[in-house]
Formats: sequence, structure tokens, C-alpha cells
Amino acid sequence: MLKKRKLNIIGTPVPKHDGKIRVSGQAVYGHDINLTGMLYGAILRTEHPSAIIEKIDISEALKLEGVECIITADDIDVNNISYKRDHPILKKGEVNCIRDEIAAVAATSKEVAQNAIKLIRVEYKIRKGIYDPIEALEESSPQINKFISGKYKNKNTAEVFKYSHGNIEEEKKKSIVNVSRRFTLPRVTHACMGTSNITAHFDKLSGKLVLYSSTQVPFLYQRDMAHALKMNPSDIRIIQPVIGGGFGSKLDMYPFEPICALLSIKTGKPVQIIYSRQEEFIASPTRQPMIIDIACGADKDGNFTYRDIKIIKDNGAYTSWGATTPFVIMQAFSSLYQVKACKFEATAVYTNNVFAGSFRGYGNPQATFALERIIDLLADKLKISKAEIRLKNANYKNEITGQGLHYETCGHIECLEKVISESNFYNKKNTENGRFRKGIGLASMLHVGGGAKIYRSDGCGTTLKIDPYGYCTIITGSNEIGQGSETVLAMIASEELGIELSKIKVINTDTDIKPWDVGVHASRTSFVAGNSLLGAINILKDKLNNKAKQLLNTENSDFIYQNGMIAIENANEALALDKVVREMHFSEPSELAIASYFYEPLSQFQNKEFKGNVSGTYAFASQAIEVKVDTYTGNIEITNVHTAQDVGKVLNPLLLDGQIHGGILQGIGYAISEEMIYEEGKLLNPNFHNYKLLTASDVPNIHFYPIETNDKQGPYGAKGVGEAPLIPTAAAIANAVCDALDIEVLELPLTPERVLKAINFKK
Amino acid sequence: MQKTEVSKKIKISFELNNRKINMDVKPSSLLLDILRDELGMKGTKPGCNEGECGACTVLINGNAINSCLYLAVNANGKEITTIEGLVKNDGTLDHVQKAIIDNGAVQCGFCTSGMIMSIKSIENYYLSQNNNVKNKKKPNKEEIKKWLEGNLCRCTGYIKIIDAAEKVLINEE
Repeated sequence: MLKKRKLNIIGTPVPKHDGKIRVSGQAVYGHDINLTGMLYGAILRTEHPSAIIEKIDISEALKLEGVECIITADDIDVNNISYKRDHPILKKGEVNCIRDEIAAVAATSKEVAQNAIKLIRVEYKIRKGIYDPIEALEESSPQINKFISGKYKNKNTAEVFKYSHGNIEEEKKKSIVNVSRRFTLPRVTHACMGTSNITAHFDKLSGKLVLYSSTQVPFLYQRDMAHALKMNPSDIRIIQPVIGGGFGSKLDMYPFEPICALLSIKTGKPVQIIYSRQEEFIASPTRQPMIIDIACGADKDGNFTYRDIKIIKDNGAYTSWGATTPFVIMQAFSSLYQVKACKFEATAVYTNNVFAGSFRGYGNPQATFALERIIDLLADKLKISKAEIRLKNANYKNEITGQGLHYETCGHIECLEKVISESNFYNKKNTENGRFRKGIGLASMLHVGGGAKIYRSDGCGTTLKIDPYGYCTIITGSNEIGQGSETVLAMIASEELGIELSKIKVINTDTDIKPWDVGVHASRTSFVAGNSLLGAINILKDKLNNKAKQLLNTENSDFIYQNGMIAIENANEALALDKVVREMHFSEPSELAIASYFYEPLSQFQNKEFKGNVSGTYAFASQAIEVKVDTYTGNIEITNVHTAQDVGKVLNPLLLDGQIHGGILQGIGYAISEEMIYEEGKLLNPNFHNYKLLTASDVPNIHFYPIETNDKQGPYGAKGVGEAPLIPTAAAIANAVCDALDIEVLELPLTPERVLKAINFKK
Repeated sequence: MQKTEVSKKIKISFELNNRKINMDVKPSSLLLDILRDELGMKGTKPGCNEGECGACTVLINGNAINSCLYLAVNANGKEITTIEGLVKNDGTLDHVQKAIIDNGAVQCGFCTSGMIMSIKSIENYYLSQNNNVKNKKKPNKEEIKKWLEGNLCRCTGYIKIIDAAEKVLINEE
């Protein structure tokens, strides 16, 4: 007899569904693909960030044995790529940043391809580049990107976002304290362990192109690729090998990808391009560097009154999706903590630097850093506790913010209270005066937790089938990029259909097979793909229930699915699920056990003023971070990280921990160690020796407290979790360092050198 | 003096995952490239090709080395174990591989082969130290972290990996 149970698998620490192939060397990454007759591609990049290309001579390279094809801008008929279509795939006439692609080679071996690249002669006329976005905005500065329409008055403005709510002048009058600062945020990069890669295979007979690509957004990528190559999108098939890290870096399509496709089209053979680590540092995207001018006030009771923000974002030479980070940035300023008035302007400015892309958090770590630093300064001026000022202004359930975000659930206060009490925040006063100083800092964050409606659809499709042997196949539009979406989807199917996990397969790597999905971004996959799967399960269960009713000769359709069986609760007779499927297939009227569903979150497009409820739900987190600073060396040791996050509902605590830990370590890197160092547009530290990723020895104690608010929009109440953990980390660390040393922090990362400088400045 | 012929291949023989291999390699060939491109051992990953990330870690005579810095000719006469060599013939995983899965220590998985080989080398080190010793030595958590410093991971924040290593190296008997 089957009995109804509470959740069986959801909420339990199920190990990764695809774990075995990933620990045994069997997972096939892009680097591991080897097609018959495959050629190896390599790209010649500029030596100078800003120069006129006077001559390209490929004649010597063409003579090299094994070289099958060399292309330059003159050899291809293509459209520009990128978010604003301002980026030529191969550069003609001029180069504008150090990653610019000039020519590409396809050859029979990697060595020949590299040698051919070295034989291509380019003559440049070097220009003075513009590497400072403020200088780029000056009237006398020349136009850097010639492909923009001139929508803005200033010729180097790529994009402007303006937002406001409330009456800022009125609120200024009510304020008894005002603080303003300029914060400068650095350029950092994803540093995925697997470098960028692509294998392209154009079939001359059919005119179809297959791309083995590690994109995070295969359907948008298919469309972008088709636009670039002037092809029909449906003639392009995207197959995703296992991805060696994403973190937002694969949200855009970059020139090397259509270049590889073009080499395959020209030669009629498969071609593979794999970045070296140095190339990965130089020619993959970065987080947006920003200059944030922020002014904030509070009234006599400590209520936040206004925020006035102006941001200059270094766009680099071309525009990626990263230019749209103000969608997220303005949410932090308009809606993290209650604030009566907000005025916001962000300008993305072309420079001769490399272009910034999207990176986990999507502008939010920068915004949260500025905001949470200012909150500490306001508290100091008001002489009230840094915990109290945050609790007083925290977001609350059912709040509708000035921007129109509707918090149907909201764990902000619980998150703050949890980390304040667990860290013993009120009693952690820095009293030491010796070499080592301890400090503690607080910060919160707000992020979309149910997708983000910035495309025409924020949806995800699922096709679900059960075979005559009781095995289930989930064909989902969403992708696995290591975050564990396959596992969560398999758990949902197992929970609802009573099929054991080993009998569930997830198919998610082929645009010819899977239904549409907008892609992996905005912490949306478990939420959107989970809801999509639940929709398909409901349809399939209706079909199975009908057959079961017929077989059991009952009118009751309140079936329970458990252990591969279907039954009415407490009934004596139960049916094997596989038998029900066979009866569906093989008895009249025959029918397949298959269902499809497309889920679109109940979110809105924002209007021209950027107002509207853009996500299905919102995630909140607070962190209290303890540091110990060596005043002799400037070294910061992160001792304890207390983090509470409103996850809606814990679907899988094991995988959730992984997202939290990994995010926090990236946040610590952003705060204290990671920085791409450029001089006149050239990267000085394109390697792991000089670009400091944290190691196992740098791991602090992380104390994680999930807060469950059970949002009715989410699958089982869950919200998106992926980006949140790193967003408040740098802010909390900076606040802790300021607490320890009583210094000002205006820029990141807090390297020993910067810490010592700040200490000396204070003296 | 005679000029050295750099493209001339040299005969070497070694054991790869308990199988005898005889092959000719260029003196300049890196073990990583030989393993991946000539012997099909694609589980060993190219992460940086400069000995900084540890993704290409394999065992040579039981010790972890970066195969991207190791000349293949130097493998002559040695025993090499790659990630593929840890899986038993019947498909059973090594206990380190199992601990990595059970502790949630794998996300994208690109660093995982190297991480596992490094943990195996710690295990081998203590096995050799404890040979015929009554009070068996075990590493502590800080020592494990130190051992794993040469393996970078961008996904997990290392905590679950350290948990898995602790489970195998400290808690298991």
C-alpha cells in the first residue's frame, strides 16, 4: 500500500547526477573533441591596443606546409557581432584593443598553426590610445568605435541608463547626515579552469554548420552566429560539450567563435580553436571596472532618505552584454534597503581597453560595495550601530519598492538578524592595538531570484518522456555548466514520478533536440527550468492517471507515485509505472507517455523608466565577515564568514553549499587579491602566477545559514541562488578592514600594498 | 660539436595505468601532450601549461607532478597513473573519486582529475611513511590544505574538496 509522504528527495543531499563521469576523466570537454580530419585554428591578435593597420602580409605563412587556410577581414562576408553590433569579427583598417583579431589560420597541427601566425607580417601606424574613460568623454578625444549610430551626444558614449524615483531634493532637506564618496572598482576575470574553446564542422553538402561550443546561451548564440555569418539559424546546430566553468563568461559570442566557423566553411573540414591560458587572460571578458560617485543621506531617526549615483563604466573598445549591467546595478541602489528617493545614471564609455563582459553578479558586487560602504559611513556619522541602521532600513515581505520590485517573500531581516547574532556582532569591538587588528563588517545584497525578463521571453521548455521500461528522460532547454541543474531536475522528476534517480536521464546539450530556453544567467536555472519540468510532469501525470483509472476501473484520480508504482492512497492494488506506460503505448487508443511544457515566469518587462517587477522572485543575503589584519605587512586574513541567504527552499543542501562556498571565495578574491594590471592597454599579468586566485590554504571558516521563505512562485518554494553568495562579500570585507584599522577604503582589491598605504595615509 | 637533432625521436618505455607502453617521443614533447594526444588519456586536463593550476596532475611512481612541465622522455622506466587508471575494471571508483562525489566536491570538473591525483599522492606519501609502523601517521587539515595549494579550482571554494580529502586521509581506516 502506498501512503502520501512529505518530500522524499527534494531537500536531501543528493550527490551530482553526472558526478561519475566528472571524477573519472570520462567527461568530454571542448578540449577533448577530436573529429576525423580536424584542423587546428589559431588567431593573430594585434601587438598594439590602438593603431592603424597599414599592411597585412600573409604570403610567408601561406607557404608553410600544413597551412590550409588563412583569413583576414578582406576574405570574409560577415556582419558585426556583439550586443550593439559594434564589433567586427576580424579587424580592418584599425585595431582598438589588445585582444583585437587580425587574421586566423587553419592548419594540420597546433604547431603549424602557431608557426604560421608568427609568419604573418603586419605593419602598424601606432596611435595614442585612450585608456581612461573620463578622458574618453572629453570633447577633444577621438571616436574610438566607428560602428555606433550616434544616439548619444558624446562620441564615446556607448550606452546610458537613467533611473529615478521619489523627490530627491525634498529628501535631501529631511536629511541630517549626508555622505558622498567616489569608489573605483577593478577589472577582474572569470579565470575558468577550462579555457575558451570551440570546434566547428561545416558540411558543404548540406550547407549545415555544427558547433561544439561552451556557450551558456545556446539559442541566443545560434541566432547571433547566424546573423554574423549571414546564415539561417536553423542551419546551425549547437552541441555543448561539458563546460569547464562559466560564471557569465560565456553569455556573449566572441570573435573567435565565428572565426572558427569561417575557417571550417572555407576549408570544408572541422576546425578547432582552443585558447592558451595567456590568451584566456588577454582575450576573454572581464568584470566591468567602474567609477561610482555616490551621495546618500539619512534622517534623524536613521532612515535612509536618498541616493544619488553616477557611474562611469569602462566599456572597452566594443559593447558586450556586460554593458547592460545597470539593469541589475540600479536595483541594488533603488531597492536594497528602503530608500525614499533615488537618482541613478550609468554611462558605458568606449576606451581602448579590452571590453568587459558579464560576470556572476552582473554589476551587483560593484554596486553593493559602494552602497554598503556608504551605509557604514552614515552609521558612523549618526553614531548608531552598523547593525541597527541596517535592520531599521531592511526590506520586508510584501514591500513594493520605488522601482516596482514586489517582494512577495523577503528574508532580508531574518538574514541580517541571523548573521548579527551568529557572529556575535555587537560584542566584536576592536580593542587591540598591537601588530594584528581584528575587525568585523556587515553587508547585504538583493538579486533577482526568479529569472530576469530582459529578453522577449525569460522562459524554458521541457519535453518529458517515460519509456516502456519505466525509465524517464528529461529533455530540457536549460544547460548544465557545473552548477548542478541536471541533478536538481532529476530530483524533481524522481520526487514527482516515484522513479529512482538511476533511471532518470537528462538531455540538454543539443539545439536540434532540446526545446528553447533563454540560457544560463540571472541565477534562473533551478527556478525556471524546475518550474518548466513541473509543468511537463503535470501534463504527463494526467495522461498516466487516465490510463491508471482505466486499468484499475476507478473514477478516483488522486494517484500517488512511489517506488516505480502508481496507486490510490491506502488501496490494495498498485500498478507498476512501466506497465501503465506499456498499456498507453500498446493498447487502443494508443498514446505516447510524453509531454511538453513551456514555462514563462510571472514577471514583467520594465518600462522605459526601468520600472516594473522584473523577476519571478527576489533573493536576499547578508554576510558578517571577520578579518585579522597584519599592520606590518598589510596582509588580510579572512577568519570567519557568516552568511545567511534567502534561498526560498533548500532543494539540495550539498549542491547549495557548493554554490555558497564557491561564490564567497570568488568574492574574497575580488576583495583582496584579484586584479588585472594594465599599462597603456596591455595586460601585465596574463598568468596564474601574477593574477592571484585563492588556493585551498586561503579558505576561511564559512558558516552558512539558509533562510527558507517558501516563495509560491518557485519550485517547492525555491529561489535562484547562484550569484548571490559573492555579491556582498567584498563589501563586508572592506567594512571589516575599515573597522579593524579605522581607515578609508575607496578601491579594490585590498592588496597588502593598498592596506599599508591607507594605514600610512591615516598617520 | 655535433648539432643536436631536436626533431629526432627517442624510444621510451613506461607503465601507464599498469600497462606497458613502448613509444617514440620527441625530446621536447611534454608528458601532458603525449598522454592526451597520443595515448588518448583525455582525463588529464590542460589548464595553464605553465605549472600553476595543477589540472594536469598525474602520478609518477606515486608522486604528483604537473604533466605540463614534465618532459615525456623522463618518463622512461617509470610508472604513470592518470585519472583513468583509478577506475577498476568492473567500473568501481577509487575511494578518492567516490569521496569527491559524495562530498559534493565536483562542479564543472575541470580541476577534478588533478585534485584527485594530488589527494592520491598525499595518500601514497602517508602509506610509504606508515609502512611497518605501529602508530600510523595521518595528515591534519592544515597539512592537507598545504598539499592542495598547487591545484586551483574556480567553482567549489575548495571546502568540499578538503572535506573529501579529510574523509579519505583522516577518517577512513
